[in-house]
Amino acid sequence: MTWLTWRQFRGSATMMAAVLVILTVVLALTGPDLASRYAAGLVGCTPDDTCDRFFDRFFDEHQLPFVAVSFVVLALPALVGLFWGAPLITRELEAGTHLLVWNQSITRGRWLAVKLGLIGLAAMAASCVCGLTVTWWSDPLDKSAVPDLALMAPLVFGARGIAPMGYAAFAFVLGVAVGMLVRRTLPAMALTLAVFVAIQFAMPQLVRPHLMPPVTATFELSQVNMGGIHVAEQGGPVQISTKLAVPGHAGSWVLSSDLLDSSGRTIAGSGEEAPVPVSVTSGPCSPQEAGPHGLDACWLEINRLGYRQQATYQPLERFWPFQWIETGIYALLTLGLTWFSFWWIRRRLS
Amino acid sequence: MTSVLQAQALGKRYGKRWALRECTVDIPAGHVVGLVGPNGAGKTTLLKLAGGQLEPTTGDITVLGGRPGSTPAQLARVGFVAQDTPLYAALTVAEHLRLGARLNPRWDAALARERSGQLGLDPSHRAGKLSGGERAQLALTLGLAKRPELLIMDEPVASLDPLARREFLHRLTEATAEHKLSVVLSSHLVSDLEKVCDYLIVLVDSRVRVAGEVDRLLATHHRLTGSLHAFDRFPFDQRVISVSHTDQQSTVVVRTGSPIHDPAWTVSRLSLEDLVLAYMDKSTENRRAHLEVQR
Repeated sequence: MTWLTWRQFRGSATMMAAVLVILTVVLALTGPDLASRYAAGLVGCTPDDTCDRFFDRFFDEHQLPFVAVSFVVLALPALVGLFWGAPLITRELEAGTHLLVWNQSITRGRWLAVKLGLIGLAAMAASCVCGLTVTWWSDPLDKSAVPDLALMAPLVFGARGIAPMGYAAFAFVLGVAVGMLVRRTLPAMALTLAVFVAIQFAMPQLVRPHLMPPVTATFELSQVNMGGIHVAEQGGPVQISTKLAVPGHAGSWVLSSDLLDSSGRTIAGSGEEAPVPVSVTSGPCSPQEAGPHGLDACWLEINRLGYRQQATYQPLERFWPFQWIETGIYALLTLGLTWFSFWWIRRRLS
Repeated sequence: MTSVLQAQALGKRYGKRWALRECTVDIPAGHVVGLVGPNGAGKTTLLKLAGGQLEPTTGDITVLGGRPGSTPAQLARVGFVAQDTPLYAALTVAEHLRLGARLNPRWDAALARERSGQLGLDPSHRAGKLSGGERAQLALTLGLAKRPELLIMDEPVASLDPLARREFLHRLTEATAEHKLSVVLSSHLVSDLEKVCDYLIVLVDSRVRVAGEVDRLLATHHRLTGSLHAFDRFPFDQRVISVSHTDQQSTVVVRTGSPIHDPAWTVSRLSLEDLVLAYMDKSTENRRAHLEVQR
């Protein structure tokens, strides 16, 4: 059975291996250079405390490959579900070959077990290699990324570490199970993609923020966590807003950011503006005062008036615990669907 | 006499539709059994149940004394060639034989080699490129080289041209004689079965209408032709299979073990096809009921 499974799978396996080899070689060749440039830049910026600007520039220069490799890791499990999982059974059903193979001296449970085992392991190995290589390569960029693309942020988290392995295993078995239910290849592929994408969006929205209770803390306002300072054209009060970032905890996933006044009351939620009693025509927040450090003096003034940011966030230290928990969740989902597949192939499918 | 297949009140339902219902059948060992019936009679469903491809909704089925498809050992004892003889289009002839060798403990590699050689199948040919006849022969080779005790074939020749059909059935007859295996094959064409089968089962609407050795069936069924007037004096101790009337005369097919000497009727023998058609005649049930009332 292993021979037959391999014979049917070897084309896809070869293609996947070729893509992975190319990706790994490219990353292996460019990775050390990227790391050394990051190290050199860090040495240069530390004495005069301009590392924030170095990070911005460094990340900006490499943003395109950063997004591209992250996308590859995110897309790989979906492709596995689509092209390995969904057609696995439907192709046999459509060609009638299930009737050929199920009438050899092998139970269909065993047939499915070998198929799921071999191809499932290949899917996991492929996305594990892909995920870990990209994690290694993008390490300097992850350390300098903007808050939206921080290591813990939804899109990047799923493209790093071992979680892609869980996604791939799940997507593969999902494709197989959907294929058994739908019985036709194209609708099965479409449905697999729709369900998988929906789950991949639901996970960071609904589940991942609660894997551990988020940290709630109050921070002074600074360039890091301030969204902007804004005056309406026809005058009126000065409006400020916070952004989803916290100072001193780079790489965190900030879930909410509220603006508190001096009495500790929330005056603006995430992304909202609130008026503050400062002047933009004179004093620290006027354009004349803005020195080499931008609006730092202005933030100091607003801090002095008692305004603070209160944020809830998942700190970067939780990256690996989250990776393990999330991989575990997908492993359980995979086991559930695997059990269903065996049940269905014995009881219902013919 | 031992049975290769026994079904008791067997039924299979898809949703609300019954594909097979209340089917009771007992197929003895050592025969080439033709299962014949109109489309939708439940032939494929019965054979798939026998092969373990389907689970019965109601009733019981045993094949060679075991539950179909339950264990690798049971699967090894039963060969199954599905309708349209499915093969892996991308795999070569040699790879199909390798598949058989890998998946069957009793695989007869010599037989497989010899047969595919006789058939002139190029081992490096992909199955997708074979002709319909070659595909059917390769599927039969896979079924035979597995060395089953019972070989089930569902409409194996339905998609073949007459020449390939004759060739296939000829090879099948040779192989069954050589390996002493029981065969059940279905068809909706009696002419196909006539050449190879020595036992016949007529399945109509899930029900076995008649089953028996072909020779016996032919010896005990007669066509009686007489005038309409004679029909009133019909020998009613006969088992009537079908009745048809024209303006002038009545034709009655009866089953009887004893000779018929009524001078009002002309007795002639039936071909196997006529016999099957008589049983398939759906109006017969009504006719017979009608006859009962007349009596």
